[in-house]
Amino acid sequence: MSVHKSLPHDAAPLHVTGQARYVDDIPVPANCLHLAFGMAEIAHGRITSMNLDAVRAAPGVVMVLAGEDFDEIPDCSPSAHDEPLLSDGTVHYLGQPLFLVAATSHLAARKAARLAQVEYEELEPILTIEQALAADTRFEDGPRIYEKGDVDAALARATHIIEGRIEMGGQEHFYLESQAALVLPQEGGDMVVHCSTQHPSEIQHKVAHALHRPMNAVRVEVRRMGGGFGGKESQGNHLAIACAMVADRTGRPVKMRYDRDDDMMITGKRHDFRIDYRAGVDAHGKLTGVDFVQMTRCGWALDLSLPVADRAMLHADNAYHLPAARITSHRLRTNTQSATAYRGFGGPQGVLGIERVMDHIAHTLGLDPLEVRKANYYAEMGGKAGVNVEKGVEAKGAGTAHKISSGTGGAKRFGGAHSPEPMEQGQQTTPYHMPVTDFILNGLTAKLAEACDYHARRAAIADWNASQPVLKRGIALTPVKFGISFTLTHLNQAGALVHVYNDGSIHLNHGGTEMGQGLFQKVAQVAADRFGVPLDRVKITATDTGKVPNTSATAASSGSDLNGMAVKAACDTIRDRMADFFAEQYQTKPAQVRFADGMVHVGNEAIPFDEAANRAYVGRVSLSATGFYKTPEVAWDRIAGRGRPFFYFAQGAACSEVVIDTLTGENRILRTDILHDAGSSLNPVLDIGQVEGAFVQGAGWLTTEELVWDGKGRLRTHAPSTYKIPACSDRPRVFNVALWDAPNPEETIYRSKAVGEPPFMHGISVWSALSEAVAACGPNYADLQAPATAEEVLSAIKRARG
Amino acid sequence: MSKRIHVSTTVNGDEADFLCDPRETLLDCLRDHLGVMGVKEGCGTGDCGACSVTLDGRLVCSCLVLGVEAEGKEVGTVEGMAAGEVLHPLQRKFIEHAALQCGICTPGILVAAKTLLERNPDPTETELRYWLAGNLCRCTGYDKIIRAVMDAAAEMREAS
Repeated sequence: MSVHKSLPHDAAPLHVTGQARYVDDIPVPANCLHLAFGMAEIAHGRITSMNLDAVRAAPGVVMVLAGEDFDEIPDCSPSAHDEPLLSDGTVHYLGQPLFLVAATSHLAARKAARLAQVEYEELEPILTIEQALAADTRFEDGPRIYEKGDVDAALARATHIIEGRIEMGGQEHFYLESQAALVLPQEGGDMVVHCSTQHPSEIQHKVAHALHRPMNAVRVEVRRMGGGFGGKESQGNHLAIACAMVADRTGRPVKMRYDRDDDMMITGKRHDFRIDYRAGVDAHGKLTGVDFVQMTRCGWALDLSLPVADRAMLHADNAYHLPAARITSHRLRTNTQSATAYRGFGGPQGVLGIERVMDHIAHTLGLDPLEVRKANYYAEMGGKAGVNVEKGVEAKGAGTAHKISSGTGGAKRFGGAHSPEPMEQGQQTTPYHMPVTDFILNGLTAKLAEACDYHARRAAIADWNASQPVLKRGIALTPVKFGISFTLTHLNQAGALVHVYNDGSIHLNHGGTEMGQGLFQKVAQVAADRFGVPLDRVKITATDTGKVPNTSATAASSGSDLNGMAVKAACDTIRDRMADFFAEQYQTKPAQVRFADGMVHVGNEAIPFDEAANRAYVGRVSLSATGFYKTPEVAWDRIAGRGRPFFYFAQGAACSEVVIDTLTGENRILRTDILHDAGSSLNPVLDIGQVEGAFVQGAGWLTTEELVWDGKGRLRTHAPSTYKIPACSDRPRVFNVALWDAPNPEETIYRSKAVGEPPFMHGISVWSALSEAVAACGPNYADLQAPATAEEVLSAIKRARG
Repeated sequence: MSKRIHVSTTVNGDEADFLCDPRETLLDCLRDHLGVMGVKEGCGTGDCGACSVTLDGRLVCSCLVLGVEAEGKEVGTVEGMAAGEVLHPLQRKFIEHAALQCGICTPGILVAAKTLLERNPDPTETELRYWLAGNLCRCTGYDKIIRAVMDAAAEMREAS
């Protein structure tokens, strides 16, 4: 069995020797041109004149293109046809590409791009939520609202009303490899595109559209990205299209890569959010209803903002059963970079909203935040799975979470004391009316709390804080329940192409892209397992739109779920053909032919796989197959807010302890313990790597990573000198990560679970712990906002002290 | 275009000559003139460490060094770490510990870690964390990197 094994990244030997090739490392022909954009210097206005003479005259410049040089400016939008490659005369944000320079070197192109003389008629930019609301600049005609139950009645009856607001900043992806594309023109006007993208099919589609050619004229190849995190789902379109336009006009190969500063000024980032909440709770901190208003700045163009904002709504409950809920979402249009996909895709923002509510309830009622969380958890898995009974059971069913969330954890399969208990009253549902049937966080939380000694440490911290005048500590344990599937249902499909050559070597291709997450290795493990051969028989090949067409982006954590299944289907097709062939030869049944240990076992014989492949070839058996998979069960109405958008939920919990300096607001993560649910992990070491990296990235989002725009709409944090992602020295002093090893109840690939995005939200434990530490400074609710930079922590300390 | 300058240097023990603009960075010279592609550009401003190389044994960001400064000096990159087919212990431990994901920061981190171990074969974890604080990694969260370097250091001490 090659699955469920901890194996390092397939390309690790190439990476450690510097041989792994990224787009910018691909050798290019000597006549290759290099591109740079000239960018807008204002956030909103009209271009009144643009003099590019000095740009054209600069050393090395071969071609300069502006909007007026196109009959139709190519569109770069993944959704709404609202992102012209170059400005059409209107400027929508500071940093927007206005013109394109092609030169003999990257540096020559960049230097020349600075020489333009552009004059503008400036308009007042819409930069803030208040400005956008006042001007009613938004996407969609009004707010989107999802509702369950009678929220107003629930709030009217509640013992306590907790209300407040949390603002949370966006986040720069800071993939270490900036955006890059290389286009090689072919005969007859065809194009081959090498691009650092999570979505080769979209690059193919957009490049073909820009060239006014069919998609079969464009082939896109992606071997790897130097990080993606959602930032390469749509943001690479501009580079590939720009290169293709210049390649088409000059017949020369063309490369474009953004310098780091340009990348940060031009490309979209995580959506920042403001969430207003009004929660009704009983005397024990149990929610009776919540009313959320989510507002997000989408930037100037639509991009993926609708599904991002939808996912924020879909995660407004996180792990908690809300008997009544209303979630109102405003998608505001602003004169800033067009916010885009980023790991979690709105989910983290929605989750932070309700985690904030939990902390606020606990502070107001004087309870341990963990007890408030547990009191509101969904009921544990074990109800009547798949039975959709929802009407009129919510009020009665609500008690079950309480009942089974007590007791101490153990090491049994589902966490010991929390053995699944049938829910007699029917299932609890999410605010979008999806029954929650696979919830495991009662048991998982108990196990983590015990393993990390939460209660004793919390008590010790309280004592310590009482005696310390300057430093204060805080501890918090927060859960995550994250929905797995694209919410745009048709994207939940994948294809694969597998060849077995007559020497027994296997060529593997699928629609997923490798950005460091280890997808290629996990999928190769599946292929090796299906044929019962060692992993070194399987060659993992670059994602290629010429091999597998019409692919979805490698996004929504879906990579191994979708592509693993498609590869399995392709392998099984070939395997079945081989089994039929050998069954006939040995006069047995195909089911009696086994593929294991590098052999094909048939009758009393064991044929080495290479020999078997050759015999099948000579026997004229087709040894090439495609595979296809579509996720079952999902069906969803995003307007009504009803249905089953997700195949299943991936879950986990994290406990972090922090210390703050009350004189400066500076802080450190002292210890983090994480227990994360990856189902039956396909590759535990790679999955743990995802959990660790996601946690640190999530903690960065909520602590040091601050995006600052000035009053003119200029992003002031456009380089690592001012935008601080976590460094090696920021990692928790003690860092324990373990996987909750239990099979996914749904039939996923080898019963594993998606792992890319869900652990990002473990970073919230750090923010909650900071909130606790701040609370130790004074009697008032400190109202900590995000990111909790040193400045914000210091402000919150002042608010706590009053 | 200013006059190009002839630079004679040594890269990973091999003599190397190139012509460059006096304003070109060592990073660009290595990549564009000598084809040493293991050196990566992450930020171009000396903040991320992806372009880390050694210059006469000293750890530098090659984006902050001019190509002409390599004249008569020895440049060390990730390509020079393995002895033929035999990987350096750091390289081996990075594979064993799965201490990389997208891998684009890996060459710089390996060069930086090697430089530390040459000066201090027995670093504490804190010393290592702060030594590597100039090498950003967006994927791993650093834990496996620390473990891999500490493990390699222990193995190298035993072997010496």
